Amino acid sequence: MKTFNLGGVHPEENKLSGNSPIKVCSIPTTVSIPLAQNLGAASVPIVAKGEKVKVGQLIAKGEAFISSNIHSSVSGTVLKIDDIMDASGYRKKAIIINVEGDEWLEEIDRSADIKREISYNKGEIVSIVKDSGVVGLGGATFPTQVKLMVPEGKKAEYLIINGVECEPYLTSDHRLMLEKGEELLIGISILMKALDVSKALIGIENNKQDAIANLKKLAVNYKGIEVHELQVKYPQGGEKQLIKALINREVPSGKLPIEVGCVVNNVGTAFAVYEAVQKKKPLIERVVTITGKTVKNPSNYMVRIGTPLSFLLSEADSMPEGTGKVINGGPMMGKALTTLEIPVVKGMSGVVIMPEGEAKRPNAYNCIRCGKCISACPMGLEPYLIALMSEQNKFESCEGERVMDCMECGSCSFTCPSGRPLLDMIRVSKNKVSQIIRLRSNK
Amino acid sequence: MSNVFVVSGSPHVHGDYSVKKIMWGVVLALVPAMLVSFWYFGIGAISITLVAVSSCLFFEYVIQKYFLKQEVTVSDGSAVITGVLLAFNVPSNLPIWMMIIGSFVAIVIAKMSYGGLGKNPFNPALIGRVFLLIAFPVDMTSWPLPIVNRTVLCDAVTGPTSLGILKEGISKGESVSTLASNLPAYTDLFIGNMGGSLGEVSAIALIIGGLYMLFKKIITWHIPVSYILTVFVFTGILNLVNPEIYIDPVFHLLTGGLMLGAIFMATDMVTSPMSYKGMLVFGIGCGVLTALIRIWGAYPEGVSFAILIMNTTVPLINKGFKPKQFGEVNK
Repeated sequence: MKTFNLGGVHPEENKLSGNSPIKVCSIPTTVSIPLAQNLGAASVPIVAKGEKVKVGQLIAKGEAFISSNIHSSVSGTVLKIDDIMDASGYRKKAIIINVEGDEWLEEIDRSADIKREISYNKGEIVSIVKDSGVVGLGGATFPTQVKLMVPEGKKAEYLIINGVECEPYLTSDHRLMLEKGEELLIGISILMKALDVSKALIGIENNKQDAIANLKKLAVNYKGIEVHELQVKYPQGGEKQLIKALINREVPSGKLPIEVGCVVNNVGTAFAVYEAVQKKKPLIERVVTITGKTVKNPSNYMVRIGTPLSFLLSEADSMPEGTGKVINGGPMMGKALTTLEIPVVKGMSGVVIMPEGEAKRPNAYNCIRCGKCISACPMGLEPYLIALMSEQNKFESCEGERVMDCMECGSCSFTCPSGRPLLDMIRVSKNKVSQIIRLRSNK
Repeated sequence: MSNVFVVSGSPHVHGDYSVKKIMWGVVLALVPAMLVSFWYFGIGAISITLVAVSSCLFFEYVIQKYFLKQEVTVSDGSAVITGVLLAFNVPSNLPIWMMIIGSFVAIVIAKMSYGGLGKNPFNPALIGRVFLLIAFPVDMTSWPLPIVNRTVLCDAVTGPTSLGILKEGISKGESVSTLASNLPAYTDLFIGNMGGSLGEVSAIALIIGGLYMLFKKIITWHIPVSYILTVFVFTGILNLVNPEIYIDPVFHLLTGGLMLGAIFMATDMVTSPMSYKGMLVFGIGCGVLTALIRIWGAYPEGVSFAILIMNTTVPLINKGFKPKQFGEVNK
């Protein structure tokens, strides 16, 4: 069975919410929609305090090249534009809207009918995707229209669709592939048209047999779309690892997937593209997994962007006693939250609740030079060495060890028998090295 | 909801790996060879092993608790390994007080003085062993014969090791074929029915331990296989050139400390290279040095020296032989 060959680990899967169908979360009384929800520049608000908005109405524009539009996820009145705490733990600008009813823009098609015929050309698709504020929903939130504009001199051969969901616990992509298979495949066809490619490969790990079977069955009717079963191995959802697993090509260090003729998109993104292009519905809601070993009913919710996390958790009845840690994202790459008073954003694929007993890290001891971190690193780096250099402030040496290739998957810290916080030290080094690189290019 | 949450960087889960698991796994892998040594050398082997392990634990405890004033980690099992390996490397009739000195050198000088587990450049048990060999050459080279000495603590019936017989004979100008009648049969060598350091005699028991460590992913095949293969090829070529001076390679594999060294000492993760390529280079280096010392050196056995010399090259090997990187750009 296909997989990538270098490094990787196998954390406990704990896909507790895999059999729980997507429920619709009710609408809160106020939403806070952050202006910085995508990788790149923050969006610029175009509504003012007191203004009435409808569901789907544009409220902030992405003006820079790498930026994205933001739409209102509710109908109501803009209360203010103010600083609020977001998932990063910093205070950032958000549009706060008081909810009144649920009035949608008329042009949005809210019916359940599946619209199969694609009536737009390449350029039109890219501009609809841009206008609708679609970003990468796997977690990186890279504006999707930018990915669809292949740089001059490069040619896309394959569209790679990431249905791997290699993070333990998370199941939002899994549920989408099961429940919205047809829409997903239409979304993929739209992306193929925009990229002018004849082949799309969907990679799914074989712990989601039902999703594989569902998409394989449906894909028969879609030209050029293949479903590939992959062996379970973390971090297969990393785009470089996924490309390696599917077509055995290696993206060169420091380069993007287009270098080897690939564009990678998440299944959630493909679904958002379907809704944007076929239903005129901008990205105003997404699937969020609420899960954890102590959570009563681990489940998946369709949530409006801007809904307070505390609201979602109480609707899910998922704040058990003795909670020690709340993670935005999966346990391998997610961020630990300081507060639940943060809004759900485009990049939030799930929230993992951890009991006190599991919240703390193991004690750290001396490195015993066992080399487990090296065999775990999917990029073939030497985490122990980079961490050591980082501790000694030897950041130029870290750059020579290609620390910038690190995607922070956490496999090194995960395997370290001495419980060393390798990734923490590598992150420090990445930060410093990017400063060094910036200084150098400014000279 | 006014909970206070733990905040830390990802990853938020940790695999089921720990230093303790690795070290006690190695201890378990040493058990077959330990049992064989108890069988052949009896009470002497048992007392030497007990003394070595308990003094290693004692010295590590004292140093951590009273000198370094750090968390005491003797339960991680690494001092037990050093103790067992040190005991494996001495004859079973070695006076107890010498064993205690050897343990002191291994733990205090070769391990704790560098900062403890993970920081030592040399294999502590080998430093202890070589120290004893240089300080007490007579006691360290009088080898009790197996089985007959089971109930003897000190005044054992001793004889030379197979490698000793060979070295002595060859240097006197005798040929391999005339010496062969004085050497134990290969089956005895394989199961361990011969004189020697107490843990090195039984190839089969050591191989069983090695397979267990491979299965548990404590070691990889790279060092033992490259080490043993190099000795085999090196001595094999010489044997083809002149079988009357150079004994056949199988004899080299089954005698002396080669199996013990290749499986348990050269693979010590602290003192061996990090990358697979580096491990192969390290193993080949150990093999060449072992063969050189055995055939042309002053000592009949060269495993300890070979591994210690290669230990010194590990930082260089780590620099020169990097693991394969993803998306390597050829410059």
